[in-house]
Amino acid sequence: MLQIAADAYAEMVAHCWTGLPLEACGLLAGTGDDVSVCYPTANVAESALVYTVDPKGFLRADRDAEARGLTILGVFHSHTHTAAYPSPTDVAQAPDPGWHYVLVSLADGAPVVRSYRIVDGNIDEEPVVLLQ
Amino acid sequence: MSVEVRIPTMLRSHVGGAATVAVDGATIREVIEQLVADHPSLAGQIVTPEGGLHKFVNVYLNDDDIRYLDKLDTKVGEGDSVSILPAVAGGA
Repeated sequence: MLQIAADAYAEMVAHCWTGLPLEACGLLAGTGDDVSVCYPTANVAESALVYTVDPKGFLRADRDAEARGLTILGVFHSHTHTAAYPSPTDVAQAPDPGWHYVLVSLADGAPVVRSYRIVDGNIDEEPVVLLQ
Repeated sequence: MSVEVRIPTMLRSHVGGAATVAVDGATIREVIEQLVADHPSLAGQIVTPEGGLHKFVNVYLNDDDIRYLDKLDTKVGEGDSVSILPAVAGGA
């Protein structure tokens, strides 16, 4: 299960929305499986089909999270025209088996947000719970 | 030179769970070699067997990406911060 603070959730979805027509991405930080902070980052691939988290953005997020006693525990990115499900590329390039992988689909207008664990090529969906 | 190497979450199990490790070296290459010598299960994860930086890894010396400095031959200074970050990417 992924628990995410409501304002981090809102920031994540807004970042994906304003990134249109390109894919947007960012990092999620918190403690355990609880996300308290969203770090929107630039998509340096600047594409509607692929994303690459800006390494500088990752560095800043990593330092800020550490300063707050938090850990980066996942990544989110948007799919502009496809479902909120990890693509083969997402699975192949998932860097950390301990992370949560959040997909925000904007294919049908209203955003659809789903979260997954990706371990050894296996995709397991997990519930997303909003913390008010 | 003694530098502080920041270890990304997915490699921390190789260094006993530490988020940062103090390592000696004069260049980034030497620092990574020492890091791997101290923690052999890291071999091949940061630098390829051919001796280049793995394309799925980014290394920063303080605020600068070493790819824009001298790559693995970038010299380090006492107390510098070397951050190892995974490339995070995917597609639709």
